[in-house]
Amino acid sequence: MPSVAVIDYGMGNLHSISKALQYAEPDVNIFLTSDAETILAADRVVFPGVGGIRDCMQALEKHQLKPVINEVATTKPFLGICLGMQALLSNSEENEGIDCLNIIPGHVHRFPKNRTDSQGDKLKIPHMGWNNVNQENNNHPLWAKIPQHSRFYFVHSYYVNPDDPHVSAATTDYPEAFSCALKHKNIFAVQFHPEKSQTVGIQLLQNFLHWDGTN
Amino acid sequence: MSLAKRIIPCLDVDNGRVVKGVNFVNIRDAGDPVEIAKRYDREGADEITFLDITASSDNRATMVHVVEQVANSVFIPLTVGGGIRSLEDISRMLNAGADKVGINTAAVFTPEFVREAALRFGSQCIVVAIDAKKVSSPHEPDRWEIFTHGGRKKTGLDAVLWAQKMVDLGAGEILLTSMDRDGTREGFDLPLTRAISDAVSVPVIASGGVGNLEHLVKGVTEGKADAVLAASIFHFGDYSIQQAKQCMADNDIVVRL
Repeated sequence: MPSVAVIDYGMGNLHSISKALQYAEPDVNIFLTSDAETILAADRVVFPGVGGIRDCMQALEKHQLKPVINEVATTKPFLGICLGMQALLSNSEENEGIDCLNIIPGHVHRFPKNRTDSQGDKLKIPHMGWNNVNQENNNHPLWAKIPQHSRFYFVHSYYVNPDDPHVSAATTDYPEAFSCALKHKNIFAVQFHPEKSQTVGIQLLQNFLHWDGTN
Repeated sequence: MSLAKRIIPCLDVDNGRVVKGVNFVNIRDAGDPVEIAKRYDREGADEITFLDITASSDNRATMVHVVEQVANSVFIPLTVGGGIRSLEDISRMLNAGADKVGINTAAVFTPEFVREAALRFGSQCIVVAIDAKKVSSPHEPDRWEIFTHGGRKKTGLDAVLWAQKMVDLGAGEILLTSMDRDGTREGFDLPLTRAISDAVSVPVIASGGVGNLEHLVKGVTEGKADAVLAASIFHFGDYSIQQAKQCMADNDIVVRL
């Protein structure tokens, strides 16, 4: 049976992501783990995370997971979710500036305060709720069977800005467009929560579980 | 293309059973939170909130089990409120599959708890529930205060200032309930909702008093709420979530259809 390692480094709710993966594909072995061997041996890897980036990087350090992530992020289908996406960039301005894994060159910024939408209403931070995902390369295998502009569930105050615009796989407007999904070789990473995005989220997880890691 | 306003059904759960009556046809067990959550998920609910009203703390483990079971098959955000008093309570709910917890009374008695909770788990999962009641006379400018114990105990805390303080301490969202309107079916307290929403940077969920779909619309258009929460109009089958969303869409509110 194919295996998926969900990296467990103490950053948030892993129950939902593992249940959602299992629901998407009953015939897959899911390991919630911080064990290097298990992660390296898995067929594919999910890197989730919620919370602050400083705690995230410290937890990766503590569990000695940085080299492991660097390894699997170049060798097998790899899905970063939310903070697990932001951690892949070079650095984040959260917590007065934190260096991240630098696997995808770029920066993580905070949404500016006091923005308004087209109707003049204040835009709240965190960006929380269901927003449209505008696929930029909708023949990427992870967008299979997902209608263009589908709504996914977001909750975040920081967003990624990759150096190479070509790695952006989708954008969302709040109010300006930001990258809400990145593709980089065998990596796919999303700012939204597929495990909380109902039918379209489950479809994306199923697509990931069938993905060979190429575009 | 923009962020949708959310519709959130709320379920009161006592010892693992939904109370305050749920009246659905085609549902085998109307007291089963898992069945009802699945139903709301199918109807297009944007999130589901559970309010644990279990009196005895000995039975709180039941709620953890409920959340676990719901999270096994319902893949939308779940919030649990009621009886959240320690970091351990939060940790237990998040590990069971909840995405957010609602902190109410504990925040009033120990505001620092909100800061600790936000630092440990992140603001995104800390919802501060505010129960407010109007205290100004009709000829005075509007003023609301925080009440505890189901609206019976006055705290002397100004609701707008309190909401701002909670956000400063790390609340990622405010669940605002008007104790004057709760259970009346007369609609949200719109000036209260507007005052809080204008005063804070985080999303505000309006709650208390929904009796029809027009009330939900006004919560967004006049109250400036980011999300609307209702219990009885959905439980008793008066309206479905789809009808509520269609009504909001007909009034030019962006919703997830």
